[in-house]
Amino acid sequence: MAGEGAADPEILVEAQGIAMRFGEQTLFEGVSFTVRRGEIFVILGASGCGKSTLLKILIGLYPPSSGRALVLGEELCRLTGRRRLAALSRIGVMWQQGALLGSLDVLSNVALPMEQHTALPPEAREAIARAKLGLVGLGDALRKLPAELSGGMLKRAGIARALALDPEVLFLDEPGAGLDPVTSAGLDRLILTLARESGTTFVVVTHELASILAIGDRCVMLDRQARGIIAQGDPRRLREECDIPAVRAFFRREAA
Amino acid sequence: MRVGEAELAERQEAGGRVLVVSGRLDVHAAASLWRQMLAAARRPGLCALDARGLSALDSAGAVLLIEAQRAAGGIALIPPELPSARAALERMARGLRAAPLPPPPPAVGPITRIGLFALGVLAAAARRITFLGEVTLAALALARRPWGLRRQELLRHLEEAGTRAFGLCVLLGTLLGIILAFQSSIPMRKFGAELFIPQLVGIALLRELGALMAAIILAGRSGSAFAAELGTMRVNEEIDALTTMGIDPLPWLILPRILAAMLVMPVLALVVNLTGLVGMGVVMGGLGVPAGLVIAQLQQWVEVKDLLGGLFKAAMFGLVIGIIGCRCGMRAGGGPRAVGDAATAAVVGSIVAVVMMDGLFALLFFRLGW
Ligand SMILES: Nc1ncnc2c1ncn2[C@@H]1O[C@H](COP(=O)(O)OP(=O)(O)O)[C@@H](O)[C@H]1O
Ligand SMILES: [Mg+2]
Repeated sequence: MAGEGAADPEILVEAQGIAMRFGEQTLFEGVSFTVRRGEIFVILGASGCGKSTLLKILIGLYPPSSGRALVLGEELCRLTGRRRLAALSRIGVMWQQGALLGSLDVLSNVALPMEQHTALPPEAREAIARAKLGLVGLGDALRKLPAELSGGMLKRAGIARALALDPEVLFLDEPGAGLDPVTSAGLDRLILTLARESGTTFVVVTHELASILAIGDRCVMLDRQARGIIAQGDPRRLREECDIPAVRAFFRREAA
Repeated sequence: MRVGEAELAERQEAGGRVLVVSGRLDVHAAASLWRQMLAAARRPGLCALDARGLSALDSAGAVLLIEAQRAAGGIALIPPELPSARAALERMARGLRAAPLPPPPPAVGPITRIGLFALGVLAAAARRITFLGEVTLAALALARRPWGLRRQELLRHLEEAGTRAFGLCVLLGTLLGIILAFQSSIPMRKFGAELFIPQLVGIALLRELGALMAAIILAGRSGSAFAAELGTMRVNEEIDALTTMGIDPLPWLILPRILAAMLVMPVLALVVNLTGLVGMGVVMGGLGVPAGLVIAQLQQWVEVKDLLGGLFKAAMFGLVIGIIGCRCGMRAGGGPRAVGDAATAAVVGSIVAVVMMDGLFALLFFRLGW
């Protein structure tokens, strides 16, 4: 395991033996993996196995019960002040429901991170936000309030906001959940384009089989009974070759 | 001119001036160059924008280049040689093409605005009257089939709005009685008229303040809760679900609440009245007036009809608070603020309506000689 000072600059996200407990209950333990620059890394597993919790640990919202979560070589949950702001400006997060601020229109929501982290004048923020919204296909909804958007539009607006500062790592929580297959496939294509064109690294939480196979370079699978990772690797090879029953059931859509 | 690691320069060519940008045009360089570069682009005589020398370009920088090109009237933009920079430029150009600036909202003249405002007020009044009519019809239908009321719901709201407000009414009633008696004792003592304090406080409480205080308590506790609960149900599509199951939300959700508000109000007002009188008695004791005398004074001057008038008003206040609370909840729109807005509207609307009704009752009782 790399020491603090000698971190490999090509490893953007690293989980080192992360465990999470709520009171007596252990959600998972011994979770370790690395995400390299330019990869689309997928965290998969059934509902309630702790995918969102793991994501929140990675981005420093929850301190893990034990282990370390390194993003861009730093433990986000331990940073304070300027260093924390600097690290946060290099990552982007799309939340499960978009999490746009309800009192601001879509354009202002996307411009918000630039207001916090850069000295861009307002008209510049607006132009950049407009371009990002155009990229995610929301060019005709700039002045809409979040309450006026559908689920898929909210998620796309959430991606546009996460993209506002050209982050090096983008964390997405269930981009496809609750969307129709066409919209969901559109989101997958957007993620692939962004990864290929701008070299952004993605950490995607999802349980959508189609999207795992379409976008995932590598994946880890969490399991609730096993309280941790039960399989990792290329999702297409896992589907073909893995003979762990839970993994087979997941990839063949069988009831457990 | 050099900012951060990006550089802005001009070069003279046969066709005119060329604006040359080179170096690393990232978001921070873009932030400091933005206005300057757009100003340079707007100056006449520019024939091209040369970005060949860029060594890095992120999306903020790319948008700056495109905006500068547009500000200069669409002159030629010589793209960067670096492939990643060219890709960023193309990507952001695509994004901006897909998101044209929305046209500004059409200008509305002052006269039109007054007209729109008036229409809005009329429409709101019409919606209120409609709601009132629907509630009346539902209540009449219920009166014919009283077993159609959801007893469980009614009991729950009686408990919520009544039993749980009991402590608050005792506290505020006692304090109100103490304050009234104490404040009036100051001028009354100057005339040696302490003996009239029970009469003053008694009439003020029973006729006016008991009902008013109870109404404020009910509006703050239950009117807002009605609006918040129904607003949440509206936002979660629960009310639509009821309607499509063929269940009319009026008798199911609204009448129990309104009925509960109307039934608990006289009780709450009575609690405020009685505890207020006790509080007044305590102050009188402090002034050296024996309890027997206070009771005799009350018996002589305060009549049952004062009490009944106050309680009748209280029931009417409860009716209005219930109706306004439920209407605000049912009307809640979508969006995250809808529920909070509904609760606020319910409290404000209830208190305004109660005070206005109190004025009407004052006039009415005066005419009737009550
Ligand atoms: N703050 C918390 N306190 C207690 N339990 C929690 C907390 N947050 C999450 N959990 C539990 O962790 C489990 C996993 O939640 P989550 O990470 O949201 O799952 P997923 O995103 O995989 O569906 C859930 O069963 C939930 O009960
Ligand atoms: Mg989740």
